[in-house]
Amino acid sequence: MTLLLRTLLLAFLVTTAAVAIDNEPAFEDPAMQARYDALIRELRCTVCQNQTIADSNASLARDLRREVRRLMEEGRTDQEIRDFLTDRYTDFVLYNPPVKPRTYLLWAAPGLLVIIGLGAALMVVLRRAKAAKDNPAALDADNETGSP
Amino acid sequence: MKVRLGVLVPLGLFVVLVGFLFFGLFNDPREIPSPLIGKPAPTFNLEELRDPEQVISNGSLAGQMYLLNVWNSSCVTCRQEHPMLMQIARSSKLPIIGLNWKESDWPEDPEVGRARAISWLSRFGDPYTKIAFDKEGSVGINFGVYGTPETFLVSPDGMILAKHVGAITPDVWREKFMPLIGQPQGSAS
Amino acid sequence: MIPELGHFALILALLLAAAQGFFGIVGASRGNVAWMRAAQSAVTGQWVFLVLSFGALIYAFIQFDFSVRYVAMTSNSLLPLFYRIAAAWGGHEGSLLFWGLTLATWSVAVAVLSRNMPLPFKSRVLGVLGLVSVGFLMFTLFTSSPFTRLMPAAADGNDLNPLLQDPALAIHPPMLYIGYVGFAVAFAFACATLIEGRQDNDWARMARPWTLAAWLSLTIGITLGSWWAYYELGWGGYWFWDPVENASFMPWLMGTALIHSLAVTEKRGLFKSWTLLLAVGCFSLSLLGTFLVRSGVLVSVHAFATDPARGLFILAFLVAVIGGALALYTWRAPALKSEAGFELASREAFLLFNNALLVAATGLILLGTLYPLVMDAMELGKISVGPPYFGKAFLIPMVPLVLLMAVGMHAIWKRSRLGPVMHLLWILLGAAVALALFVTLVVYEEFHLMGLVGFTVGFWLLGSTLVEPIKRFGGWRTLPAGFWGMTAAHVGVALFAIGVTGVESYRIEKDISLGIGDSTVLEGYEFRFDGTKNVQGPNYRAVEGTVVITRDGKPVTTLHPQKRFYASGGNPMTEAGIHGRLRRDLFVALGEDLGAGKWSMRVQYKPLIRLIWLGALFMALGAAVSATDRRYRARSKVSAAVMTGHAAGEAAR
Repeated sequence: MTLLLRTLLLAFLVTTAAVAIDNEPAFEDPAMQARYDALIRELRCTVCQNQTIADSNASLARDLRREVRRLMEEGRTDQEIRDFLTDRYTDFVLYNPPVKPRTYLLWAAPGLLVIIGLGAALMVVLRRAKAAKDNPAALDADNETGSP
Repeated sequence: MKVRLGVLVPLGLFVVLVGFLFFGLFNDPREIPSPLIGKPAPTFNLEELRDPEQVISNGSLAGQMYLLNVWNSSCVTCRQEHPMLMQIARSSKLPIIGLNWKESDWPEDPEVGRARAISWLSRFGDPYTKIAFDKEGSVGINFGVYGTPETFLVSPDGMILAKHVGAITPDVWREKFMPLIGQPQGSAS
Repeated sequence: MIPELGHFALILALLLAAAQGFFGIVGASRGNVAWMRAAQSAVTGQWVFLVLSFGALIYAFIQFDFSVRYVAMTSNSLLPLFYRIAAAWGGHEGSLLFWGLTLATWSVAVAVLSRNMPLPFKSRVLGVLGLVSVGFLMFTLFTSSPFTRLMPAAADGNDLNPLLQDPALAIHPPMLYIGYVGFAVAFAFACATLIEGRQDNDWARMARPWTLAAWLSLTIGITLGSWWAYYELGWGGYWFWDPVENASFMPWLMGTALIHSLAVTEKRGLFKSWTLLLAVGCFSLSLLGTFLVRSGVLVSVHAFATDPARGLFILAFLVAVIGGALALYTWRAPALKSEAGFELASREAFLLFNNALLVAATGLILLGTLYPLVMDAMELGKISVGPPYFGKAFLIPMVPLVLLMAVGMHAIWKRSRLGPVMHLLWILLGAAVALALFVTLVVYEEFHLMGLVGFTVGFWLLGSTLVEPIKRFGGWRTLPAGFWGMTAAHVGVALFAIGVTGVESYRIEKDISLGIGDSTVLEGYEFRFDGTKNVQGPNYRAVEGTVVITRDGKPVTTLHPQKRFYASGGNPMTEAGIHGRLRRDLFVALGEDLGAGKWSMRVQYKPLIRLIWLGALFMALGAAVSATDRRYRARSKVSAAVMTGHAAGEAAR
């Protein structure tokens, strides 16, 4: 009986003691808490020099975290919460830029650059391979491995 | 010929880059333009700073154009802007509504902040017809405020016509606000 | 008096740099030996005066000379000696003087260590370096002099930014600058080659050890910055894709491409114009980084206080240096042709793919960093591009790169001869997948797709890198330094990949508020908070918490996170409590005092995070070892004679 009581007490202590660094209680549901943690890490602090509202100690950052929490408790979705903030502060507040026509280039860039780069490299390689095939004598016999 | 063109690419890209960097030198990367221009001002219902019994809301302000000036007593730039506000209050018919935002920081009691704000006004002058006391800070957020001072111009039917971040100087008043206000306001420079 | 002497020395250094630039370049094109030698002397002179100048600045700091504005802004009477000296390079003005000094040091090193370089070429190299020095020293002297006096003298100084009062962060800027500036050497070699219209590849062999040294320094500088951010900023992050961080990462990536490309040009005379372009590009990115940090164009926690006038000066400097070099390139590059061939799966091919991916990675970081500025310029509104974008985007070129590395390092020059080794590599891949599955499912008990991919790629690369050393066991003494350097560096990449995978896939962070005696559990570790006490430091007072960590009842460690309040004011600084092991870090940072003995804090479990910095150190070690390879030492007078013959032939034209 005492063991049960002690375990319950410890659990109680841990859960009520689990106040977030926001000084407000963490979400009861760990999935909600995880959602919250993820959201505040992609939202930008509007008064800071390039920090998320999760990392910033600024007073407005704390207020914005509180707004996010309030909206989550109201049952809003992640996108609705982002919209709430962009309606007030523009896309500036999103570190994960939304996919819109004006950011298509940004999001396409990694794939595009890799394809263009590898493509150009491949073209050069194929040309040289053809040159090697056409003129095998030009390739001397001294090959080396491991010679960086 | 193909080689010639390819060789120009690095230099060409560099020129484009320099163009953007040049622009960047004269641009403020931290200034956020307001997405609320041309949209209805967010509704609010707040206590009057100087009289907790009174309530300030959009409803009570409708029917006339007004300036909404966001400030608090620890804001140094607000102090610098204050004489200009006093002058606008004196010389123009445009009411200036104050929004006292983030006067107190956790863990300070908001009432302590209220008292401090009132004494600041009695020291430096009070240009405000009414002052809404934003204890929670959420009305400011609804207006997209991210610093003080910020000033909004609201039309008689409650639409936001303009927003200015930073102190209102005579130039700003003349070039940004007066054209939108339209009616003769008397000299305010 | 001393600051004025320092100022005067700076002026003399500028004049000597101008002489170096003029005599170096004009002397070489006129074939005037006296002038060319004068350029060499000018280098030494410039260096001496910059040493004196910087020495004067350090003296002012040591002596608490608050009549010098820069000293008053970045130190105060309570600042310990070590940090007073570090403050000399901690602020904008001092760091520029340090840049100038570093550039002069590299230049002197080139002058002294390149005995067998033909005089005209050497003069041109020193001449280019001199011109770059002129730009920097002019910028320092005219817009950012550290010797400006404050009248009347300040009673006490502002203090060095408390964030910078830390050993790692004191050394981080010098290491970075040594790296950035070091790329100027390769840049100068490239410019000299372009000016001369050279067709040979000796410049590549000569440039390589200098590039390795610069890259090594940059690697250490970036690593120190990341390590510092981790333990100092309190949030346990090691990289934020902040514009200034990106500004250091881009020259590093391009520098990596350059090191590999130089190998091809040196060995087979291929990719001549591409390697020249990369050499110009690396230093250009260094200069661009300098611009971005000091101009106010981008928002960053790292940025120095900004001033559009300074920004304009740097931009003009950028246009002159980079524009000039690119114009040279555009003029000369078409004439640089090589006809040599190589097969599809040869070393050359793999190195070309390596370059393509590294340059693609550099390009995408540049685009992401500048995109908000571009959008603003085109009036398309404000956006922010941060870690959620970069984290995903960067993997796209990197994963293929690491996969290609694992195969490519076994390729031989000219021919496709991978057949035999591929068999072994496939087996290793299978083993890597199995090991990765084991680590994700059994060790960390959670399936994570990117974790699986990351571990597979890292383990495979590690295995692949060890194939050759193991195969050649017994004959290690015959293997050149270059081989060991490559091996070490590639091991470093593998460790880095494994570390990043571990920490990104399996880290756990918990914000919690604990009273005295309360505890919380994280991944089997119990963290018990035993309260706080006040401690006093030289120029701060702190609240120090005690957190006892146990596992299964057995003690693991006791951590003492602090929250420091510096005498000079400003925000409190967190000093995290960290218990580090290769397989995981345990991390505690204090948050806020909630009253009644209760504190909010953040506890974290960070698996494999140390491998990130260990991997980077291995990369740096690899570069150091490679640079000692015999073939870079004073080669032969034969080759010098050949080069002089070229130059003489040209001068005669």
